[in-house]
Amino acid sequence: MESKQTPLGYVSFSVFAWIVGLLIFFPIFWMVLTSFKTELEAVSIPPSFISFDWTLENYAEVQQRSNYFKFAMNSVILAVGSTLVGLVFAVTCAWAMAFNPTKRTKDALLWMLSTKMMPPVGVLVPIYLVFRDWGLLDTRFGLIMVLFLMNLPIMVWMLYTYFKEIPTDILEAARMDGATLPKEIIFVLLPMAVPGIASTMLLNIILAWNEAFWTLNLTTSDAAPLTAFIASYSSPEGLFWAKLSAASTLAVAPILVIGWFSQKQLVRGLTFGAVK
Amino acid sequence: MSTRASTLTGRIMSAPSIIVLFLWMAVPLGMTIYFSFLRYNLLSPGTEEWIGTLNYEFFLTDPAFFASLTNTLLLVGSVLVITVVGGILLGLMLDQPIFGRGVLRLLVIAPFFIMPTVNALVWKNLLMDPVSGMFAWIASLFGLPAIDWFTNAPLTSIIIMVSWQWLPFAVLILLTALQSLDRDQKEAAQMDGAGPVAIFFYITLPHLSRAITVVVLIETIFLLTVFAEIFVTTGGGPGLATTNIAFLVYTQALLQFDVGGASAGGIVAVILANIVAIFLIRLIGKNLDK
Repeated sequence: MESKQTPLGYVSFSVFAWIVGLLIFFPIFWMVLTSFKTELEAVSIPPSFISFDWTLENYAEVQQRSNYFKFAMNSVILAVGSTLVGLVFAVTCAWAMAFNPTKRTKDALLWMLSTKMMPPVGVLVPIYLVFRDWGLLDTRFGLIMVLFLMNLPIMVWMLYTYFKEIPTDILEAARMDGATLPKEIIFVLLPMAVPGIASTMLLNIILAWNEAFWTLNLTTSDAAPLTAFIASYSSPEGLFWAKLSAASTLAVAPILVIGWFSQKQLVRGLTFGAVK
Repeated sequence: MSTRASTLTGRIMSAPSIIVLFLWMAVPLGMTIYFSFLRYNLLSPGTEEWIGTLNYEFFLTDPAFFASLTNTLLLVGSVLVITVVGGILLGLMLDQPIFGRGVLRLLVIAPFFIMPTVNALVWKNLLMDPVSGMFAWIASLFGLPAIDWFTNAPLTSIIIMVSWQWLPFAVLILLTALQSLDRDQKEAAQMDGAGPVAIFFYITLPHLSRAITVVVLIETIFLLTVFAEIFVTTGGGPGLATTNIAFLVYTQALLQFDVGGASAGGIVAVILANIVAIFLIRLIGKNLDK
């Protein structure tokens, strides 16, 4: 427990904590390091930590051999697309629920939450068949819809908890001054809601980027994002660790950065406001 | 403040989201329920017929169901214990004054942002490979034989990977809860001569109980449907050793094309998830009233 710490206690506890932290982070560190090795060095025992020939070859080859860029673009399109569509629906819905609540608002919110509890395998078969019959399999449009709907409850909830914190007095004051509803939204509400909307966007991009049930089951190549691309490395075909690492590093890097920026908001979004 | 007009606007504005969600969940779920009572195989189209509860009887008496149910429970239970206990310990650790604490916290949280397929393949190859993996090398340093993780302990391997991914989630939430703990209370207890252990069990742990419940419930919902980690590493095997309910339903639907059987399995999965969901929704609903 925290008490009056001696300088020695502070230093030794810091050392201990850093060892623990580095151990947890180690798989990521090791992946990044391996991505700069040759395939031969990647599997060498004992493993080399610094003294190897650093190379960028793997990154070049991942692009050349498997058209990495196409999959990355799909990931971006799916994540951003589903987020933007989601925002249009979620902002209006959460706005209404926070500022014009009815008796049923609470039930509606909880019902939305309950749809998120539905395991995807429960609807896998019909969704797959509908996608097949409507020609949506392996299309970006189909997946954007799935990802948007999957995350819509989280978006509504997160925005709702943010909007609830906006003082309604201000809205009433604006109304007294003759602000119409659109003006009220654009000039009064939106500026105050921007931080909440931004964090909701970031969380949704993270979730959509890493989603790996629907993306694996509903795509084959045209619309396949990075999750599916990385999964294609699971077949054992000779030496490929360094390339796997390079592809993986590229796939997780952007989301790691976004995640680090939005870690505080993440708690609120993922716990539906139950822990702040 | 809600006038009749504003109530109406509210309804109109929230309607689109509610309608699309309803279409997305209720309609497919209805279809799944309907399919689950049919003989329906994609390989023999045109032979669909109503067979009552036969699919359920087959699914529930299939030894694969029992095996996958056991695996599901073992996976969920083990990961919960590891992440909650680890999360409390790491949360307490990160709540102390540490040199460079902000950066350290980023390192600990990082695994949560790694996509499941990357997580699985990095662990399976770079770390757990019995020949060239990091663990094999470490074992050899101590003169121990290397463990062939995915052959000899496949479910344990999956549990380790999934725990690594979800540990940061527990840390993040428990740390947030810890930071809202009233320092005065702790100091008062210290003045009265309470040791660190007593403070932990009588002050910290009760304060965390709500956050722990939230972690357990939310993780359970996600862990019941672990899929990608199994898909890219073991494919459910060897045998059925790492097949959970989600994966079993997937194999029945998209590998054996048994729509009827898979639908019955999907409904069983939904029922299992709902048992947990009821508690979670109640808890969050209570929170909403505050």
